[in-house]
Amino acid sequence: MSTPPIDPIALANAKARGKRPYFFKDADVERVLSIAMAIAMEHAVTRQRLDALERLIEAKGLLTRAELDGWSAEPEAEAERTRWMKEYIARVLRIVQQENESVERSASGIDQPMEQVMEELRHS
Amino acid sequence: MTTRELPPSWTHVGRHAVFPQAGIDDIARFDFLANLNGFLSGQVLPKVREAYESKVKPAFEQAAGRAPQTRHEVRKAMAHDATWQTWSALRRGSMEMRQQAGRGLVFRQLDALNQRAAVLNADAPMLKLDPTVQVPRYACAVDIHCMPGGYHTEVVPNDVSAAANYDSGIFATTGGMLGRYNDGGGQALVQWLASEHPQFKPRRILDIGCTIGHNTVPLALAFADAKIVAVDVSAPMLRYGHARAKSMHVDNIEFSQADGEHLDYPDGHFDLIMTSMFWHETSATAMPRMLGEIQRMLAPGGLTVHLEQPQYQGMDPYEQFIRDWDAYNNNEPFWSVMHEYELQPMMAAAGFDPERYFETRLRGVVDRSIFPVASGEKEDFGRAALWTAFGAWKA
Repeated sequence: MSTPPIDPIALANAKARGKRPYFFKDADVERVLSIAMAIAMEHAVTRQRLDALERLIEAKGLLTRAELDGWSAEPEAEAERTRWMKEYIARVLRIVQQENESVERSASGIDQPMEQVMEELRHS
Repeated sequence: MTTRELPPSWTHVGRHAVFPQAGIDDIARFDFLANLNGFLSGQVLPKVREAYESKVKPAFEQAAGRAPQTRHEVRKAMAHDATWQTWSALRRGSMEMRQQAGRGLVFRQLDALNQRAAVLNADAPMLKLDPTVQVPRYACAVDIHCMPGGYHTEVVPNDVSAAANYDSGIFATTGGMLGRYNDGGGQALVQWLASEHPQFKPRRILDIGCTIGHNTVPLALAFADAKIVAVDVSAPMLRYGHARAKSMHVDNIEFSQADGEHLDYPDGHFDLIMTSMFWHETSATAMPRMLGEIQRMLAPGGLTVHLEQPQYQGMDPYEQFIRDWDAYNNNEPFWSVMHEYELQPMMAAAGFDPERYFETRLRGVVDRSIFPVASGEKEDFGRAALWTAFGAWKA
């Protein structure tokens, strides 16, 4: 007997039958909260995995977690790590930067509404 | 916070032959959920009550000239409260994440799980599936407690996925309060029978709406010479329940696919008929009909006993409203109606002598050798192990 293939990822995420209640007056807020909580959970998963890894490494005598906590980067490594952190924060807060740029461009007339550009191109 | 107040890691969940195999990331997801639930009930829920007492209730009293009298008035008044909204949105999200975590775990190993169940179920005389059994409307109008596909959906032939998912998450959702094998309800019944009715030795026991038989197994172990019948409408639950029991070396439970309203056992057949957390997932017509069937199938001198969430009589409207959360927000459509019933008259209408009716409170039996002591004071509404046990002895 051949079993039809299933899509485990889509099945895992399936919606339960029954209308979903929304609690905030703006459903958009709840959507973002829901995504944020999923990320919070996956962050916890990563942290737990890392913690397990550290404990295993310590148990094998490769280093102690006190060494890990007391570790400080050499200047070159510190610079690399700082660059990574800076880029990471910029990536996460991309929309903040873009909205700021938009405010500035709107003021200077660079970010025109799309309909305006369409009209302009229709006649030029 | 002391260690004893922390929920136990999902690492300690009881494994059996058809339990899904979890990796370190799966365990972390369930642990996150158990702690998120703990935070919501321990840290946020008290603030919801404060918001009600300090803002919402006074505003209602100002407008209406009286306090809210029903849970429905409280619910409508609280709908706009920000603390309530945040608690509810996070709690609903937690339910959805729990389903995603369990289903993600199960579906990626579904073939292996189904095969393990099939081996244990092959030619099994104690597993009786009947594909003609219809899933009642009450069990499929919505997916109960946001479990996609409900108890009954089969994704592939000979499927156990719904049951494996159900089993995998209970420990996280209840913070381990029901024990390693989520069988605190069944154990509580066994303990209650042993302490209150030590002479009672049922030879035939029926469990209606048994799902995976997690609360049936303790009865089967306590009454090893008894013949137990566990019925459910869901084939995935029964396949899994039978395989689970067999792998735990419990062989006196017959898992039978049947609708509790239409059971063909003779009059007076059973000495003990039980349910656990079942009635709130039925309906207004099904419940009295099944109670009538129970009365018919019970032997003279027999006992019927049912574990449920507490009834609403005598509770203040705010507590009723909080307990009603699952009805409106976690796909438990009969929960609210069922919990306002007067059970004694309903049992009397089913033919039981009102004088022989009883109602008591039972606390779940927790595996204290492994787990932190279950909190005695705080209840996580709808999930903590403090139940109403009601029932009657048949004359």
